[in-house]
Amino acid sequence: MKAFSFERASSAQAAAARAAEVQGAKFIAGGTNLVDLMKLGIEAPEHLIDVSGLGLDRIEETDEGGLRIGAMVSNTALSADVRIRRDYPVLTRAIAAGASGQLRNKATTGGNLLQRTRCPYFYDTAQACSKRVPGSGCSALTEGAFSRQLGVIGTSDACIATHPSDMAVAMRVLDATIETVTPTGMTRRIPLEEFHLLPGDTPEKETALMPGELITAVTLPAPVGGIQRYHKVRDRASYAFALVSVALIRQPDGSGRVALGGVAPRPWRLAAADAELPNGARAVMARLLDGARPTEETQFKITLAERTLAALLLEE
Amino acid sequence: MPPPIEFELRRRTLLAGTAAVAAASVARLAHAQEQAGSAASAQQQSDIALTVNGTEHRITVDNRTTLLDVLREDLHLTGTKKGCDHGQCGACTCSVNGERINSCLSLAVLHDGDDVTTIEGRGAPGQLDPMQAAFVSHDAFQCGYCTPGQIQSAHAVIGEIRAGIPSHVTSDLTAVIELTEAEIRERMSGNICRCGAYSNILAAITEVAEDQA
Repeated sequence: MKAFSFERASSAQAAAARAAEVQGAKFIAGGTNLVDLMKLGIEAPEHLIDVSGLGLDRIEETDEGGLRIGAMVSNTALSADVRIRRDYPVLTRAIAAGASGQLRNKATTGGNLLQRTRCPYFYDTAQACSKRVPGSGCSALTEGAFSRQLGVIGTSDACIATHPSDMAVAMRVLDATIETVTPTGMTRRIPLEEFHLLPGDTPEKETALMPGELITAVTLPAPVGGIQRYHKVRDRASYAFALVSVALIRQPDGSGRVALGGVAPRPWRLAAADAELPNGARAVMARLLDGARPTEETQFKITLAERTLAALLLEE
Repeated sequence: MPPPIEFELRRRTLLAGTAAVAAASVARLAHAQEQAGSAASAQQQSDIALTVNGTEHRITVDNRTTLLDVLREDLHLTGTKKGCDHGQCGACTCSVNGERINSCLSLAVLHDGDDVTTIEGRGAPGQLDPMQAAFVSHDAFQCGYCTPGQIQSAHAVIGEIRAGIPSHVTSDLTAVIELTEAEIRERMSGNICRCGAYSNILAAITEVAEDQA
C-alpha cells in the first residue's frame, strides 16, 4: 500500500474544502471497500480525511414526512431502524441481502453508494480496465473473458461493469435523494437516478460528485406503502454479489415500481417500465431491458430478471 | 494444441506474482529512501490509544497499518488470525466497541480511543468462556485457524438477534426475531471454515444460545 498522510475532519464543510485543496486526497469512513482497494493498489490516495466522526450518523424525520439518513449511518443501523423496517421494508431487505454481518457493521450509507464495481478485470491490475486506468481498454470485452457477473444494459464499448450495491437499488425504487456539501460550503441535492453516471467513453467518471464534494445524507420521501419486496439471485445463499436483484413496490391497484440490481452501472429503473406493472413481468422487462447488450455469458440475466419479477408478482 | 486454460491461468498468475515481488523490492527501497531524513514520514504516522481486552495501549502506527496488524505485530495478540486479508474469510473478526468487524479492513488510525476485544479477552486455557467450551465439546473445528473469528462472530450473532437486528432470513421485520438455526447460519456467512466444521459450529452456537435463554 502506498504511504499517505491522515487527518480527522472537524466538520463536513471543512472536510470538503480540504479534499478539494489537498493533492490526492480521499475521504474515509468505514473503509471496507477503500482499504481493500488500497491493498491491491487500485486506489492510492496520498492523503485520507476521516469523516467518520462528524455526527452524520443519525436518522431524522423530515418536514415532508420522510427520513433523512446521515451519510455515516452504518448499514446495520439503517437496516435495523424501526422506521425503516416499518415504512421502507424494501430497504431493510436489500441491506440484509448484502455483504456479511461484520462488513455491514462498518460499511456506511454514503460509502455504500460510492463503492466500486466488483468486475474481476477492474480488480486484476494485470488486466486492461478503463475504469482503473482511463483509456486502457476493457479486458472484460475480449474473446473468452469471464463476464458472468457483469452488466447487460447501460453499459458501453468501454465498460460493462455493474454497480454492486443492493442498498442503492432499494433507495432507487424509493426515490431517494442524495445531499452533499461542496468545497465552498453549498448544499446540493442530487436525485439518486442522476447520481451514478453511465460509462460511455469515460468509465472512470462514476458519480455526479464534483472534486471534494462530500455526501452528508440520503433523504427518503414520505412512505409510499404498498407491498415491498427485494429478491436477490446469486451463486451462494449468502454473502455473494447479485447476478440479478429486483426491488418491487406494488400497490393494491396493481400499479407500482421496479428497480434492478446486478445488471447495470447503476440501479436500473425506468418510469415507462413501472407503468407496465399491471401488465405483468414480461411487459415490464420488455421496457426495462429494451436495448440490452448482453454477452454470451450474461444472456441468462435477461430471462432471470423477468422470472424473478414474475415470481415476486405471484407471491401476493 | 493450446495448453488447457488452467495451465494458462496458473502461468499468468505466476508471472504476475514474480513481477509483484520485483516491484515490491523497488517500493521498499523507495520507501526506505523516503524515510531517511524526510519530514514526510512523520506525517505518515499517527499516535493512537487503544483499549484491548481492558488494557490501554498508546502506540505510534504507520497510517497504513490495519487494526489486525496492530493486534498481531505490535501487541503480539496473535489469536486474531490473518486469512484472506480482504474481508472475505472472517478469520480476523474481533469486537470493536461491542460490534464485530473485519479487523483486516480497518485502519488502526481510525480506532483511536476504541475498545477492542480479541479472542484472548474471551477466556484462557482452564477458564474457557461458554462459547469456547461449546466449540471444544462439539468438535467445532479441525485445524482451528478460523476458530477465533468464528467464536467472535458467534458471540455477536446471539447479541445481534437479541438486539432485534434483522437478517436476510428474518421473515417478519416487525416481530421479535427468533433464534433459529436458519438465523444463525445466515449471520455466520462472513466466517469461512475450509475444514467444513459448519454443522458442529452451528451446534455449539445453538447450545450456548439455549443455555443463555
